[in-house]
Amino acid sequence: MTEAQRMVDLIPRLRRYARALVGDRATADDLVQDTLERAWAKLHLYRRGTDLRAWLFTVMHNVHVNRVRATRPTDMLEEEMPELAQRAPQGDALLVRDLDRAIARLPAEQRAVLLLVTLEEMSYEEVARTLGVPIGTVMSRLSRAREKLRLMMLGQSAAAKLKLVKNE
Amino acid sequence: MSEVPITESDLQAYADGRLSGERLVAVETWLASRPDETERIADYRRLSEELRAAYDPVLEEAVPERLAHVSGSRQRWKTAAAVAAGWIALGIAVGVVAGWQLHASRPVAPPLADVGAAMARRAALAHATYSPEVRHPVEVGADQEAHLVAWLSKRLGAPVRAPKLEDIGYNLVGGRLLPGDNGPVAHFMYERNQGTRVTLYVRTEATQNRETAFRYATEGNVRVFYWVDRKLGYALSSGDISRDDLFKVANAVYRQLNP
Repeated sequence: MTEAQRMVDLIPRLRRYARALVGDRATADDLVQDTLERAWAKLHLYRRGTDLRAWLFTVMHNVHVNRVRATRPTDMLEEEMPELAQRAPQGDALLVRDLDRAIARLPAEQRAVLLLVTLEEMSYEEVARTLGVPIGTVMSRLSRAREKLRLMMLGQSAAAKLKLVKNE
Repeated sequence: MSEVPITESDLQAYADGRLSGERLVAVETWLASRPDETERIADYRRLSEELRAAYDPVLEEAVPERLAHVSGSRQRWKTAAAVAAGWIALGIAVGVVAGWQLHASRPVAPPLADVGAAMARRAALAHATYSPEVRHPVEVGADQEAHLVAWLSKRLGAPVRAPKLEDIGYNLVGGRLLPGDNGPVAHFMYERNQGTRVTLYVRTEATQNRETAFRYATEGNVRVFYWVDRKLGYALSSGDISRDDLFKVANAVYRQLNP
């Protein structure tokens, strides 16, 4: 099978990841399209016999980072300022009902790690290679992403419980 | 019983079901006396399941046309040089014939020693011979497509198909039988409304089950994309359309033949 064919076979997985990463379908498919175009143009940089999937996800990661950087310059600051990022929307934290919106509120770097581990089921080493960060960073981002997501998802029921306690 | 130190990374790996052996036992032992941590990890596992349940359905969706067609057809690198570089890159990345790699930077057809290039040359000659024909471009017309395909398949000794290219604006004119290096060759002709013609040359391969990437050659003013896919070798020729446009057609042909 040629790289081109394997690339085509991986499109559904790129779409799944992109959908979770950016939320809406059209934007996600734009990201996949940019990724495929870039991968096609850069195919000479792909070393045959290495993991094409990891390579494609690396390309997608880079494309995504560049897009985010171009459109939302403040997004990159999120991880450095977690308190600020979290505190601002605290009022509507209780309103986050579905997973989609909770994921969207994770810092981009943490979201990427969580999704590659959970959806792509990449090993932590693969995630580190794909994103170009040390494995320790992968583990800490994974841990933080999960805890934030958990708290957001629990927010609703925790608030409900709290009300019950108060009423007693 | 003394406990092994458990790290947060261990817990994450446990949540992902990636621990085994001693480490797994150690984490389970550690969690046994910590209900809050046990609950936290159970929440992580539930979240993972919810994530997969939410997004796995995307895998089943039909891939939008605009994505399926990306490979080369929606290039944003517009200059001819960049396009050439992309193709050369593909040639290097996927190149099957070692010799080709040595000649990858040459924008002209590789030497005749390359059997694929010989096919491309024959295809180009057939294109140049038949595509200008007004009255007798083909032996059997598209109105008898089933007969045409059955006849050519029988003569080639392999199932041959005439790809449907209406979606990209090309209608089958018909086909003919040609002599070739490895025996009979099937030759299909397609036409766009304004009379632009492309021809698809299909021959059986002596070496079976070989696959190559698309390669490009020119012969006179005929452009050819050619490739081998298992039992059959293909060459798509045109004298009228650009390399980019011909590549789009080649992609469509490839997809039709490899659904």
